[in-house]
Amino acid sequence: MAMNYNSKDEVDGGPPCAPGGTAKTPRPDNTAFKQQRLPAWQPILTAGTVLPTFFIIGLIFIPIGIGIFVTSNNIREIEGNVFMYYALSNFYQNHRRYVKSRDDSQLNGDSSALLNPSKECEPYRRNEDKPIAPCGAIANSMFNDTLELFLMGNDSYPTPITLKKKSIAWWTDKNVKFRNPPGEESLEERFKGTTKPVNWLNPVYMLDSDPDNNGFINEDFIVWMRTAALPNFRKLYRLIERKSDLHPTLPAGRYYLNITYNYPVHSFDGRKRMILSTISWMGGKNPFLGIAYIAIGSISFFLGVVLLVINHKYRNSSNTADITI
Amino acid sequence: MSCILRQLLTLSSFPQCAGEENWVDSRTIYVGHREPPPGTEAYIPQRYPDNRIVSSKYTFWNFIPKNLFEQFRRIANFYFLIIFLVQLIIDTPTSPVTSGLPLFFVITVTAIKQGYEDWLRHKADNAMNQCPVHFIQHGKLVRKQSRKLRVGDIVMVKENETFPCDLIFLSSSRGDGTCHVTTASLDGESSHKTHHAVQDTKGFHTEEEIEGLHATVECEQPQPDLYKFVGRINVYNDLNDPVVRPLGSENLLLRGATLKNTEKIFGVAIYTGMETKMALNYQSKSQKRSAVEKSMNVFLIVYLCILISKALINTVLKYVWQSEPFRDEPWYNQKTESERQRNLFLRAFTDFLAFMVLFNYIIPVSMYVTVEMQKFLGSYFITWDEDMFDEDTGEGPLVNTSDLNEELGQVEYVFTDKTGTLTENNMEFKECCIEGHVYVPHVVCNGQVVPDSSGIDMIDSSPGVSSREREELFFRALCLCHTVQVKDDDNMDGPRMSPDSGKSCVYISSSPDEVALVEGVQRGLAVTRIQYCADQGGFRNCPHFFFRFELLEILSFDSVRRRMSVIVKSATGEIYLFCKGADSSIFPRVIEGKVDQIRSRVERNAVEGLRTLCVAYKRLIPEEYEGICKLLQATKVALQDREKKLAEAYEQIEKDLILLGATAVEDRLQEKAADTIEALQKAGIKVWVLTGDKMETAAATCYACKLFRRNTQLLELTTKKIEEQSLHDVLFELSKTVLRCSGSLTRDNFSGLSADMQDYGLIIDGAALSLIMKPREDGSSSNYRELFLEICRNCSAVLCCRMAPLQKAQIVKLIKLSKEHPITLAIGDGANDVSMILEAHVGHPPWASVIGKEGRQAARNSDYAIPKFKHLKKMLLVHGHFYYIRISELVQYFFYKNVCFIFPQFLYQFFCGFSQQTLYDTAYLTLYNISFTSLPILLYSLMEQHVSIDTLKRDPSLYRDIAKNALLRWRVFIYWTFLGLFDALVFFFGAYFMFENTTVTNNGQIFGNWTFGMLVFTVMVFTVTLKLALDTHYWTWINHFVIWGSLLFYIVFSLLWGGIIWPFLNYQRMYYVFIQMLSSGPAWLAVVLLVTVSLLPDVLKKVLCRQLWPTATERVQAKNQCLSVEQSTIFMLSQTSSSLSF
Repeated sequence: MAMNYNSKDEVDGGPPCAPGGTAKTPRPDNTAFKQQRLPAWQPILTAGTVLPTFFIIGLIFIPIGIGIFVTSNNIREIEGNVFMYYALSNFYQNHRRYVKSRDDSQLNGDSSALLNPSKECEPYRRNEDKPIAPCGAIANSMFNDTLELFLMGNDSYPTPITLKKKSIAWWTDKNVKFRNPPGEESLEERFKGTTKPVNWLNPVYMLDSDPDNNGFINEDFIVWMRTAALPNFRKLYRLIERKSDLHPTLPAGRYYLNITYNYPVHSFDGRKRMILSTISWMGGKNPFLGIAYIAIGSISFFLGVVLLVINHKYRNSSNTADITI
Repeated sequence: MSCILRQLLTLSSFPQCAGEENWVDSRTIYVGHREPPPGTEAYIPQRYPDNRIVSSKYTFWNFIPKNLFEQFRRIANFYFLIIFLVQLIIDTPTSPVTSGLPLFFVITVTAIKQGYEDWLRHKADNAMNQCPVHFIQHGKLVRKQSRKLRVGDIVMVKENETFPCDLIFLSSSRGDGTCHVTTASLDGESSHKTHHAVQDTKGFHTEEEIEGLHATVECEQPQPDLYKFVGRINVYNDLNDPVVRPLGSENLLLRGATLKNTEKIFGVAIYTGMETKMALNYQSKSQKRSAVEKSMNVFLIVYLCILISKALINTVLKYVWQSEPFRDEPWYNQKTESERQRNLFLRAFTDFLAFMVLFNYIIPVSMYVTVEMQKFLGSYFITWDEDMFDEDTGEGPLVNTSDLNEELGQVEYVFTDKTGTLTENNMEFKECCIEGHVYVPHVVCNGQVVPDSSGIDMIDSSPGVSSREREELFFRALCLCHTVQVKDDDNMDGPRMSPDSGKSCVYISSSPDEVALVEGVQRGLAVTRIQYCADQGGFRNCPHFFFRFELLEILSFDSVRRRMSVIVKSATGEIYLFCKGADSSIFPRVIEGKVDQIRSRVERNAVEGLRTLCVAYKRLIPEEYEGICKLLQATKVALQDREKKLAEAYEQIEKDLILLGATAVEDRLQEKAADTIEALQKAGIKVWVLTGDKMETAAATCYACKLFRRNTQLLELTTKKIEEQSLHDVLFELSKTVLRCSGSLTRDNFSGLSADMQDYGLIIDGAALSLIMKPREDGSSSNYRELFLEICRNCSAVLCCRMAPLQKAQIVKLIKLSKEHPITLAIGDGANDVSMILEAHVGHPPWASVIGKEGRQAARNSDYAIPKFKHLKKMLLVHGHFYYIRISELVQYFFYKNVCFIFPQFLYQFFCGFSQQTLYDTAYLTLYNISFTSLPILLYSLMEQHVSIDTLKRDPSLYRDIAKNALLRWRVFIYWTFLGLFDALVFFFGAYFMFENTTVTNNGQIFGNWTFGMLVFTVMVFTVTLKLALDTHYWTWINHFVIWGSLLFYIVFSLLWGGIIWPFLNYQRMYYVFIQMLSSGPAWLAVVLLVTVSLLPDVLKKVLCRQLWPTATERVQAKNQCLSVEQSTIFMLSQTSSSLSF
């Protein structure tokens, strides 16, 4: 039949604003990018390529794991510096209401924030019409037990162990993030117009006798202010420095721990602990990492063997199959 | 009143006013605003809009509110807005910035894009509205801006100007009152169409004369159908009796068309501005949703459910946990007074909302942006593709909708037109058969002439004297019965030049068949000029015979009648009717002639794939002609149902014909059409050919293009068969044949092409189809349809011949709505395909179009346009495949990475007393999706090539691997989600065991909750990025740059973010957290360990699946790499074995 069209068939309503519709498209550029022919590396994850990786992972991870595990287990021996921690359990330092209840500007020494703390600090923002310094729930609930360690000598006269209270907080926190309010006067003057947190015994400028460890830059305070990730946590309390290479830091013997008990934990079903630990290059004792490395290394090695077997079997059967395809 | 209402409605940019006729059914226009003489009917004056075109959506004032409204109508944007508002109102764990910033970003970018597009539209509108127009005022020519044009103004348009509004053609500078028009600026159609001036006004050639015209035009109210116009003009002469003339679409000059070959014309404006047919037809393309987008939305709903259930679980647990007062409010963490006072339910609800906000990132706002960017940018690869650029025509592919890119990889049915799509639409006159004698021209081909062509040879016995006359009549008929125009000047852009006879002349017609015929006749019979003057007063000149014919009437072609006729008067005063058309429409109307001989010849030619036409004539006695004249005149004046009446009149006139003969025209296949169809079939796509051609012609073409192969068993569902048996029996028999096979041999998708399988091809014709589609009296129509669909489903190829345009649409609709909802693609090149294509349009399947000779009308409205049919192969098999795998990975990966992101947050709630404490800092919450993990996946989704382009082209069956949305099935989705969950568990508990009751630094200092979150986050960013790296099969330098770059960016950002006390922040919680973490050896070890553990299962799964159950794609990948991999494996294995023995 005739594919004959009436002329009217070809009148078309295009969008009224597109008069340039007939312009011929220019010839596209012959560039590798536009033609999707950029040179490329085309890796494929086949058993062949992955097998060695599995073995390599196995071979690398297992020794690492063993190394970590051994290091971690050696930590018990009290050599080198000894670190004294206190630990709280069932204490939700990571509760949202708690985490945000602080004013970093105030802690950074901002004068206006000192006298007018952030609203986030409610209900620990003001007390009797005076701004609280440091404000907020975190500061208010600062751990205030005092731990003292004594070595019980032969003469049963206890020798106090020197507990160093410096460099227990991050250097940057102590020197940059936390700052006392500016001024030349005494710390008490600088905190004038503020009041102590409700639960505190002393105001913030009486945390320590050392002016370099007082006020907001008190390291115990800074340590407390770094909120823990989990409800069971430990915090660094003191350092026991090794005096000489000849003697162990804490020689074997009977020790006496004197706790000035201020901090209530029973109400929330909490526990307090004191931990003495040495530290290796990888921190405190933690078997997890070592075990995990060994486990993953072994699994990977095992998988490598399994894949090898499968690959071998498959190869035999598929070589014939490949021909039929 | 009603009129104003209508204007308001049409102006509100929804031009499809369905019931427009109901308001005011006609309008009356005073030509030149001159009142008709008193005593004539009084008309109610109507108000018309001015000639301003408004295509822009916004104005300066309403842009912000309107655009915001439009944007927030999208469900995702609205969701994020709600989250943002919740964050603003209640005390939530994350600051409103975290969701506000991304939302703001998305909204702004979209608004800028839309604003820019609208600004362009404004500019185009202004250019259009301000271009000068000449019109006549008080007998003088006046220039005015186009937008000031009013209905009733008389406009003068010069050559090469476009018409400023819809005009009734009053007169032209050409003596015969015609003008030529091209719609090139509308649809790229460069051929010239002839329009006719109103008979009674065509004498008014000057401004002064026009001024003296006294007339009114009555016409229907504007309606969008471009092909329909009915009206009436009353011309008041000095005698008071007005002359009434009918107006049809041949008198109407549409806005947007350009005047050609005519010095100037005068016309009266009848539709202006937004009421022009062009404006009424302008519709902003509705957004189509692809299958991927639909699955994406389903996944979103799943995630929304997960989100809500997470929030619910946490809320409930929170209150269970808090039932002990020391937990709700321990001494160290007291509530404020107002918090205590709050109502329990309100508190619980607030908590629920807060959890929702905390977890809302699981539905990422950035996914929408990334998907849109991917689609928009990705579509450039189609237009840039050099392989799809056609040198001959200088055309490249067009992408009109980028929303459906990935749908190209999902096509199950291709509906293709035959003429112009499968074939060149480049006609060649092959032979003619007159009275049973066959004549073959030597070498005649339109466009090309071989010099030694001399004439038409007869191949059988020389005709007797009696048939001499018939022969003469036959060629006369061919010379006269057509709509071909002659173009003299040789700088025409028309393609058909015939350089003989000293003077070049070009034939222009909307139908290539006609050109081929006329050229064939010209070549053979040395007809040097065929002058066609298309009005009643015109003459047809046939110089070879030196006869002049007066053209009396044209009964123009339409696709329903499938024939056309002319009535001419010879110099001797005899009146003839010549009719030319499809054999099926001619034979029933023939009463005389060698029907059987011609029919057998026609059928033989059809089997060879030639296009045949039959020619018949009848001699009219003057009385008959008078009757015809009256009949036509009466129908032409009718204002209502004119089309129908006209069709009836034609039916009455074209009967009792005498058959003269038949012609055969060859239409060659497009290059590589067969190759393309074969590839598509191998790819598991069912190809249907829908054509108006005869069954034999179409079947021959189908064999030629390998749609049917030699071993294909053809099933016929044709009128002939149905005449023998009832439709019922035929259908059941066919289905039995088909199902017997598929019953005994379960039809496997993957071995569907194996040689032992019986291939079925179905041929159905239009009449049979309409029987199937026709609802039965008892209302059980669906029965036949189901049966028919069942048969179709089991046929690898289907040919539908003798299709009316509307039936093409019906077929597409039938398949589209069948119960599997297959993705259909319709491809065609001409106006007769538009209805099929529009049908395919509605149900969101994409349809492509071939830019063909029949103009680019289809190209403009299509979703995709390609220059040649062969390009469909690359379009679907390569581009479609790539787009699909890219976007499916994009979608799955986005959900995966957000599960990884949010699930640790969920777990953390169990350790922080369900207090909605966030694990990550605000900055990280905000930037995770925006910058840390956004670019690698975007680049992946633009660049990924899991197999090379050549492989995809070489091996079409790979297309089956992704059929039926394979990469977005539930199984895959659940795998990704569980992978995300597993990874999240690894991140969280890895960090948990690291931090539990120990210190991880070498100076004994303790890390806090932010370091904990930082560790989780770092592991996560590395895992998620490396997971993508593992999935990437195509590493260009860009991929390297983006993947490693974004990891580096994360580190640099973290160093910076934690390295400074940021003065504008009221908290400094991240200060030095990242750097402190890096200073700890175990943290490094943990990152390495956890990333390895997270990636291990995915790698294992990939390797095992590839090894044990490889897909076709994976086999091909392996084969491609076979050599190199094999070598390296052997090398590696020998290495490992040596290390093992050690």
